[in-house]
Amino acid sequence: MKDFEPVIVAFCCHYCAYTAADMAGSKRIAYPANVKIIRVPCSGKVDTIHIMKALENGADGVYVAGCLEGDCHFKNGNLRALQRVKQVQALLEEIGIEPERVEMVAMSAGMGERFAEVAFEITDKIRKLGPNPLKAGMENAKAA
Amino acid sequence: MITAERKPMEEIIESVRPYNRILLVGCNECVTVCAAGGRKEVGILSSALQMAFMQEGKTLDIKELTLERQCDPEYVEELVTVIDQADAVLSMACGCGVQEVARRYKDKPVYPALNTLFMGAAERQGVWAERCQGCGDCILGLTGGICPVARCSKRLLNGPCGGSTAGKCEISQDVDCVWQLIWDRMKALGIENRYEEVMTAKDWRTSRDGGPRKIIREDLV
Amino acid sequence: MKTESVLEKVFNSGQLAVTSECGPPRGALPEKVIEKAKMLEGYVDAINVTDNQTAMVRMSSLAACILIKQIGLDPIFQMVTRDRNRLAMQSDIIGAYSHGINTMLCLSGDHPHFGDHPMAANVYDLDSVQLVQTVRKMRDEGKFQGGDDILNPPKMFIGAAANPFADPFELRVARLAKKINAGVDFIQTQCIYNMAKFETWMQGVCDRGLDKKVHIMAGITPMKSVGMARYMKNRVPGMDVPDEIVKRLAGVSKKEQPQEGIKIAVEQIQRLKEVPGVHGFHIMAIEWEQKVPEIVEKAGLYPRPEIK
Repeated sequence: MKDFEPVIVAFCCHYCAYTAADMAGSKRIAYPANVKIIRVPCSGKVDTIHIMKALENGADGVYVAGCLEGDCHFKNGNLRALQRVKQVQALLEEIGIEPERVEMVAMSAGMGERFAEVAFEITDKIRKLGPNPLKAGMENAKAA
Repeated sequence: MITAERKPMEEIIESVRPYNRILLVGCNECVTVCAAGGRKEVGILSSALQMAFMQEGKTLDIKELTLERQCDPEYVEELVTVIDQADAVLSMACGCGVQEVARRYKDKPVYPALNTLFMGAAERQGVWAERCQGCGDCILGLTGGICPVARCSKRLLNGPCGGSTAGKCEISQDVDCVWQLIWDRMKALGIENRYEEVMTAKDWRTSRDGGPRKIIREDLV
Repeated sequence: MKTESVLEKVFNSGQLAVTSECGPPRGALPEKVIEKAKMLEGYVDAINVTDNQTAMVRMSSLAACILIKQIGLDPIFQMVTRDRNRLAMQSDIIGAYSHGINTMLCLSGDHPHFGDHPMAANVYDLDSVQLVQTVRKMRDEGKFQGGDDILNPPKMFIGAAANPFADPFELRVARLAKKINAGVDFIQTQCIYNMAKFETWMQGVCDRGLDKKVHIMAGITPMKSVGMARYMKNRVPGMDVPDEIVKRLAGVSKKEQPQEGIKIAVEQIQRLKEVPGVHGFHIMAIEWEQKVPEIVEKAGLYPRPEIK
């Protein structure tokens, strides 16, 4: 457990978080390699099933990074994304998985530092939560 | 439209626990519109079930399929090619669809993943409300197009009762007093004078009280 | 005379009628019913017996009515359409009449949501107006609701409730007219606290001449405390308790509040006696039946007329 390195999937909106990640890169601001970025045209493009499948396939944490409130390039995609994140959280709770593994964050394209900060915070949080419980379940079964 | 809601995960999980191979069947009609049992919800439930069981070290063999209409034999027939590969069917249709699958595939256990609720209409995105009870003898022409049978908590045909307050029903601030709505509408239509005609006792035979109902259209049979 | 009802006879004599009510116990305690009824003996013309009031299971109204009838008093058989379909209601009406019960109050009843069985099926085969219509048909045409003849039809004096304080206010006179159209003989109103609003309603009733077609009994409930007043004001649907009442009760010590409540009730009766169309009073002293005689006496409604 000590050397647990979480795998975190970050769905990043092209108009904000993805650009912020780019900026972090060009400014040489480091962020954890645990975060695997998936670029989406809008956070609203992220559907419930995408988050679910990421977890089902072994991600330890998932976050959706969209524009600041009121700044969505497509008007309200970020708000829709937030609703879906909440839906997944509720569903995870129902099946006994920590809802904190999924999160919605907001930033603008210019926030390279914030992007890195968020990446550190979430990596840290998931590290504390431990590995995705699906893995432990399957490994225990295999051992038995 | 018929509206429904997903059952609690715990109940669904327990219903499929004895099985390994699940055929998860959605429906493209009403339950798709009310976002309870369409293709999308089938995918999400499938993933949630998989995760629930993986925590226990078990993987399910789930086949997802969404039929055009689960209450119609010709579409339910499509399951014939896959039904043998499943130990049980988990249906995300309304109660009609669940029963149609059970009727067609007599030796296959079928479980409902939804609770079927009511015949309703969309009030706005994501909000559906009850509108019709299917009483079989429509009185909307007498009540300004607003149904007291379905929408009065006491289904009073001569309302409003003494609990109507500021347009709301006595049972909840979230429920409109339908007789307030009917009265407002009668005024808008200029037919207030009709209010004092007593609506006589309803003949419930045309409703569920007369026994299970059936429509036979001789011209179509 | 349509019936043998004492209440009808009092109305016909032109005197103000007085009724009170008795909520049956939540258990097989016949002595409780008799005890409550005896407190009212001689001070009221008839005693309402509630039917699973506030949607809580209690001894049946019919059984409690029979107990009261057996000690020589006159019950008013309350019936809500919430719990029974038209078969059960009509058979109970015949049953009641077979025991000499000749006065009824037809109600829709509180929704089960408020009671101790919120999970119960909600019947409402009929509504209160249709129940009035049914009882009248049984009496005047000698026919069941379904159309068959009744052997020795029950002759019930038919009451219903009216709440002048519910919304929409403009419909409240019209709804009374609807009940009159259905065949109601007398009305007991919701507890009155907002006198001005009640008087406005009565004015509307009299303007249409409805007071000539139905006997209206004003509902009076004495407040036991300022807490009760606040509860009725804020929590009971369709209740209109003006701030003055709350203030007045809050203005006296806790010990004096019950007496102040009775004083208010008596003053209300005095004032309402002058309102045209008011033909009597229905005093609902909730779990406080022992105070009814005092109110009746102080309001000058005692002694009650001797009816043969």
